[in-house]
Amino acid sequence: MPEDSANRLSGPLADPAGEAGYAEHPERVGFFTDTSVCIGCKACEVACKEWNLLPEDGLDLTGMSYDNTGDLGASTWRHVAFIEQEVPRRGTEVDLGMPGTGPPGGQTTPTDDGTVRWLMSSDVCKHCTHAACLDVCPTGALIRTEHGTVLVQDDVCNGCGYCVPACPYGVIDIRPGDGRAFKCTLCQDRIGAGMQPACATACPTESIQYGPLDELRERAQQRVDDLHARGVPEARLYGHEPTDGVGGDGAFFLLLDEPEVYGLPPDPVVTTRDLPSMWKHAAAAAGTAAALIAACFAGRRAR
Amino acid sequence: MSPRRGEPTVVPEADFRSYYGRPVIKEPTWKVPDVPAYLYLGGMAGASATMAALADVTGRPVLARNGRLAAAGGAAASVVALIHDLGRPERFLNMLRVFKPTSPLSVGSWILAPFSGLASAAAASEVTGYYRGLGRLAGAAAGAVAPAMTTYTAVLLADTAVPGWHEVHRELPFVFAGSAVSSAGGLALLTTPPAQAGPARRMAVAGSALELAAEQRMEKAAGMVGEVYRIGRPGRVLRAARALTVAGAAAAAVSGRHRAIGAVAGLCLTAAGAATRWGIFDAGRESARDPRYTVVPQRQRLAERESAQG
Repeated sequence: MPEDSANRLSGPLADPAGEAGYAEHPERVGFFTDTSVCIGCKACEVACKEWNLLPEDGLDLTGMSYDNTGDLGASTWRHVAFIEQEVPRRGTEVDLGMPGTGPPGGQTTPTDDGTVRWLMSSDVCKHCTHAACLDVCPTGALIRTEHGTVLVQDDVCNGCGYCVPACPYGVIDIRPGDGRAFKCTLCQDRIGAGMQPACATACPTESIQYGPLDELRERAQQRVDDLHARGVPEARLYGHEPTDGVGGDGAFFLLLDEPEVYGLPPDPVVTTRDLPSMWKHAAAAAGTAAALIAACFAGRRAR
Repeated sequence: MSPRRGEPTVVPEADFRSYYGRPVIKEPTWKVPDVPAYLYLGGMAGASATMAALADVTGRPVLARNGRLAAAGGAAASVVALIHDLGRPERFLNMLRVFKPTSPLSVGSWILAPFSGLASAAAASEVTGYYRGLGRLAGAAAGAVAPAMTTYTAVLLADTAVPGWHEVHRELPFVFAGSAVSSAGGLALLTTPPAQAGPARRMAVAGSALELAAEQRMEKAAGMVGEVYRIGRPGRVLRAARALTVAGAAAAAVSGRHRAIGAVAGLCLTAAGAATRWGIFDAGRESARDPRYTVVPQRQRLAERESAQG
């Protein structure tokens, strides 16, 4: 397929809204979530729930960490992951002489040659350049907006659930008791009115940054360079590359460990990239079935 | 390379990391038995329609009639299962509001809708005796659309992020095709006297052979993910399905003029067809639940890409 052909299923794409048919449209916006300054306060989760009137979806304790939300879902559109891990000492820590109380049993404790660090990251819908949820939706309920984001029209969705296993990040889900699929809208109602999404507005450390995607990508590169210069070699960007398996994310991240540690797939691919191959093989198999049945009718008559 | 059953897997357990063992992708919300039934019935109905059309032109009226009834019944039940599985069943028609080539469920709905219409028309004419000519024409048209019915559901499953389904997107349609042919043959052996059931017997054997061979290839192609087809409940269900397939095909091969043996073959193959779909469906769900199946193949892919770049 030629590089610039319309309606292609994967690869870099400069203008998703334009390709979706918007002749004139605002610039593509998204999130840059800089997890190196996230303090795990969950103000984003609360602001999202409040603004979008999302119902309560479980008040259980997970027992694994300070994360009692667990994952993104139909009624959780921001999710703060919390990871406690032991890492080698860098030798730069300063003993503040704080009183030690010691963690409860079963949790990680600093050892002679290691120390404990906490990773926190606010996860969200990635608003992929090539969104599998949107591709597979049979009703047209999932659309590309004028802002280049991906939106569920809940008055069209018939709850077929195809988007749920299609998403390579496990974001979208069916709301029990309602039957329809829901996910982050990037606060379509706020950004259309020139405001920021609720989560970015509430974030006290500017870990969640909202803006034009090109600008965010530049800012993110500066930030990661800065962190490398300051002796944080593990800082890396995730989802910023237009050449990745989903054509780049509209919401991307600065992480301090491998993506899978945060529950993110290390090499996500939009499943519809392989759709031409799938139909080719299905057609060959259907042809085989037809030939097989026809062959069963060959030979002696009336038996 | 995929490990044989009983051998230790090649999964690099020590390197595998995850977020507290939680899944990366969401497990399909599709329900049992709705979706496995939808998969089985659609395939069986498709192969039955093609069989009925060919039986009609080769002068086997009873086989043609039973094939048409199986096709219409299967298609109708398949539609009911699909609608019942929707979160908002009253909005089923939203599927037919648009035609979306990127959505296998949209394409599938546009295969299923005309197919069930044609198959129902053919069956209705068969039962009532009205408009025989038009009925035969509808039956022939249904038979022509039918092969698509046997494999589009494989694309439906494969076009997801579920490792157990996506990784085998080349092989899965052949498994479904073989299973559909043997299911249709099996059902016809149950309903049709031996004198006209010759093609059904051959379909039972040939379809089973295709299904078993394609399943072998599928498990090999799946790499480490192929494990989900061998272990746990999906593994047990699929082993039972294979045993039933072999037994059904063998019984069909020797049934000849014996209606009772043919009926045993039919029962075995019907159970096998349903179990195959359920096992594959369940294996996919298992592969979605365990983050290993998402993370490890993606890590391998990244490592291969890096080593290729040098």
